[in-house]
Amino acid sequence: MKLAYWMYAGPAHIGTLRIASSFKNVHAIMHAPLGDDYFNVMRSMLERERNFTPVTASIVDRNVLARGSQEKVVDNITRKDAEEHPDLIVLTPTCTSSILQEDLNNFVERASIEAKADVMLADVNHYRVNELQAADRTLDQIVQYYINKARRRGELPTSKTEKPSVNIIGSSTLGFHNQHDCTELKRLMADLNITVNAVIPEGASVHELKNLPRAWFNLVPYRELGLMTARYLEQEFEMPYVDITPMGVVETARCIRKIQQVINAQGADVDYEGFIENQTLYVSQAAWFSRSIDCQNLTGKKAVVFGDNTHAAAMTKILAREMGIHVVWAGTYCKYDADWFREQVSEYCDEVIISDDNGAIGDAIARVEPSAIFGTQMERHVGKRLNIPCGVIAAPIHIQNFPIGYKPFLGYEGTNQVADLVYNSFTLGMEDHLLEIFGGHDTKEVITKGISADSDLSWNKEAQAELNKVPGFVRGKVKRNTEKFARDRGLSEITLEVMYAAKEAVGA
Amino acid sequence: MSVAQTEALNFECETGNYHTFCPISCVAWLYQKIEDSFFLVIGTKTCGYFLQNAMGVMIFAEPRYAMAELEEGDISAQLNDYDELKRLCEQIKRDRNPSVIVWIGTCTTEIIKMDLEGLAPKLESEIGIPIVVARANGLDYAFTQGEDTVLAAMAVRCPDKAPEAEKNDRNAIQKLLHFGKKKEEVAQEESEYVDHPPLVLFGSLPDPVVTQLTLELKKQGIKVSGWLPAKRYTELPVLEEGYYVAGVNPFLSRTATTLMRRRKCKLIGAPFPIGPDGSRAWIEKICSVFGVTPQGLEEREAQIWASLEDYLQLIRGKSVFFMGDNLLEISLARFLIRCGMTVPEIGIPYMDKRYQAAELALLEKTCQEMGVSLPKIVEKPDNYNQIQRIKDLQPDLVITGMAHANPLEARGINTKWSVEFTFAQIHGFTNARDILELVTRPLRRNNNLKDLGWEKLVKEEAKV
Ligand code: SF4
Ligand code: SF4
Repeated sequence: MKLAYWMYAGPAHIGTLRIASSFKNVHAIMHAPLGDDYFNVMRSMLERERNFTPVTASIVDRNVLARGSQEKVVDNITRKDAEEHPDLIVLTPTCTSSILQEDLNNFVERASIEAKADVMLADVNHYRVNELQAADRTLDQIVQYYINKARRRGELPTSKTEKPSVNIIGSSTLGFHNQHDCTELKRLMADLNITVNAVIPEGASVHELKNLPRAWFNLVPYRELGLMTARYLEQEFEMPYVDITPMGVVETARCIRKIQQVINAQGADVDYEGFIENQTLYVSQAAWFSRSIDCQNLTGKKAVVFGDNTHAAAMTKILAREMGIHVVWAGTYCKYDADWFREQVSEYCDEVIISDDNGAIGDAIARVEPSAIFGTQMERHVGKRLNIPCGVIAAPIHIQNFPIGYKPFLGYEGTNQVADLVYNSFTLGMEDHLLEIFGGHDTKEVITKGISADSDLSWNKEAQAELNKVPGFVRGKVKRNTEKFARDRGLSEITLEVMYAAKEAVGA
Repeated sequence: MSVAQTEALNFECETGNYHTFCPISCVAWLYQKIEDSFFLVIGTKTCGYFLQNAMGVMIFAEPRYAMAELEEGDISAQLNDYDELKRLCEQIKRDRNPSVIVWIGTCTTEIIKMDLEGLAPKLESEIGIPIVVARANGLDYAFTQGEDTVLAAMAVRCPDKAPEAEKNDRNAIQKLLHFGKKKEEVAQEESEYVDHPPLVLFGSLPDPVVTQLTLELKKQGIKVSGWLPAKRYTELPVLEEGYYVAGVNPFLSRTATTLMRRRKCKLIGAPFPIGPDGSRAWIEKICSVFGVTPQGLEEREAQIWASLEDYLQLIRGKSVFFMGDNLLEISLARFLIRCGMTVPEIGIPYMDKRYQAAELALLEKTCQEMGVSLPKIVEKPDNYNQIQRIKDLQPDLVITGMAHANPLEARGINTKWSVEFTFAQIHGFTNARDILELVTRPLRRNNNLKDLGWEKLVKEEAKV
């Protein structure tokens, strides 16, 4: 047993559901208790999704506990098959229901007989792996399934596309700024004259999967999602993959150079140096920003970085190499992939921290007192408490990571966004400091004083106490309305009764 | 609108494939309500992830609740449950020193049959902090019923006799009302009450609402001796045999049963104090039990209705469909029908016809008096089927769980989240306006957007 207050990565079934519902026309059946269908809320609310989330719970209740699921799971699969006509139905347990050790494989086999859709069981160990690992595995599993199916039917394409082409692997629903990253990557590929053969899983149809081998190479922008698939495709079809995250000016250039090498090895003859130079020096504002006088003030400032592998590593490199900021420590919560992280960031920071214990991370921040934090929502809250500004650079996702405006982290537009994020984090910090000096902050005491002064009416103790319970931002209004009510009626003392009567009278 | 119906209410039961929150979410409001408590949810990563995301509360500095996350060793029974829980509870005692630790059981503790009730007494005597066990799991309960499991467990812990010296101290509300008053004034106030057997109210409400309802009864000369839960665990109300109890929430049937069977209290079965009609009926029923003739209630109700008129104009004649989520559905539907709305269907996770008997009767009466059809009550609804019915009926408003709100809105259907009614202050005369504020918001917003011609935001081929 472990005392836990917060989790950086979700449970495994969330990863599986993210993959399943990223695909077009794939339905997921979750073998789970009623309360576990929270994924639907997240997708509907965070992504502001207009369609019903294609996830249905096959509910585990007392009956199932006593007698097993029996026909229930099979019925739910065939029912969804008839109602929604999906191409694929993915069955997944949650860590809770996996304890029941029901033979879900058997359910899948039985349901496949009747269902028109393909049916598969997500092959994930729900106790051992987290959301990120499960997502990686589920994507791999679905790709393998459709490659094998096409091979059995002799439908696998044998040739490559005529012009250089790419599969972008790893963009998914409820991913951190994934939609905007994906748009940016497509633009980048267009600039490089590379055709996008497929983007998976977001928005893809499972029917397209058999065409993956037609691309010249795979691009895996995120360390957490897509590598297993890329490695499988490399092994099966000798497809090379590029797994350098194009985040920041330097790494984006490195990614592009790697792409150049990979496609030239297959007979193309491209030279992207001119493009890289033009983008770096004139299009992206980030390189100029780093040289500008604004940024001079940031030199040598201390920062800490924490997040998933992809974003924490990339951010550490940007801060250290491109902005001259001193990264005191860099950390990741992807414990399962810690070696890679160490290797990536060791030379750019004083210390590497591998931990998924938010308390330990909070303490580590407090210990070094950095001028800015780049972390997750959790570190933002730690920052609020310690009065240190924090730029959010990684999941767990929050409604703020689904901005309406265009805010990618990858590619050249991403470099601008990141530069803004860095600069704003530090300057807000400075403004904060100034406010502190000049006493510009509202405090509770000030508000309380403000509302009981300059008034001819007296609030008795209970009413005053009640008023103080009203949230700060409406307290002034409540007070004004109540006093107006009292004055209109010639009352000089405000009691609880007067307060409530005033509330009822509003709008009368 | 149809003529007054005489047939009885029609109950149905569907597949139970509906969206709701897990009952462990009650932790989010109960830990705030009971200020000296600590809630320990014993479950898996799934439970923790749900709490973290649904309630967004865990992020705050040091919340008074946490997960005891079960790991492989716990599930396979390689580790000793007692030792593990002891280690965690000792840490909680060291770090937070609460007056009570509430263990929240989950599906996992049910599945692996962890004997929480058996472990608690031994551990509580060992660490010296009371441990209350509530099995608020998602196998047996929906959303708000989590509160029911906790209050039922706490009902057993209420003292059966107050120590003499403490008697006055115990009652936090009385203390609050007497705050800063002299002895004589208190004595004088005592005389404002009629002589009646002690009355304890149950149900967790925000403090201002507790005060409001206590004052409403005081106006009738009725004294509330205590609330379950109180602001502090150490202030749980005294429950002696023969005390009267009345509930304020429709989802507390287990608590009601526990109070009657185990504490030998007398339950006052009344409609719930939601909306001016329900509030009046609730007070009237309590008065009638104590032989008090209510004073000025009719006028009070009329005056509240008058103050709601601007909102009523927006909703009269409109229809509202409840998909079912938090068990407040019957009370809200009854109030909205009284407001002049029609209700084709009330989905509800679970229907205790005995505990909700008075509310159901009032619903029927309201429909007859307003001359509208009785709603169909669908227990354990099936959301997919309901969406087909919504497509046919095209109600003016759907009160729904969060998962379906955006997709319905995209199809031109007005929605309001049912959870908002769980968290808003909706009880009593004073807050009737807040209910309508919630109900009318989508209608008012969409009136504003209407001229833009943006009714449907999904292409026709999109599946519902
Ligand atoms: S439904 Fe069960 S497993 Fe799921 S969050 Fe609730 S208690 Fe935990
Ligand atoms: S401010 Fe944002 S992050 Fe913080 S608790 Fe509120 S919603 Fe969550």
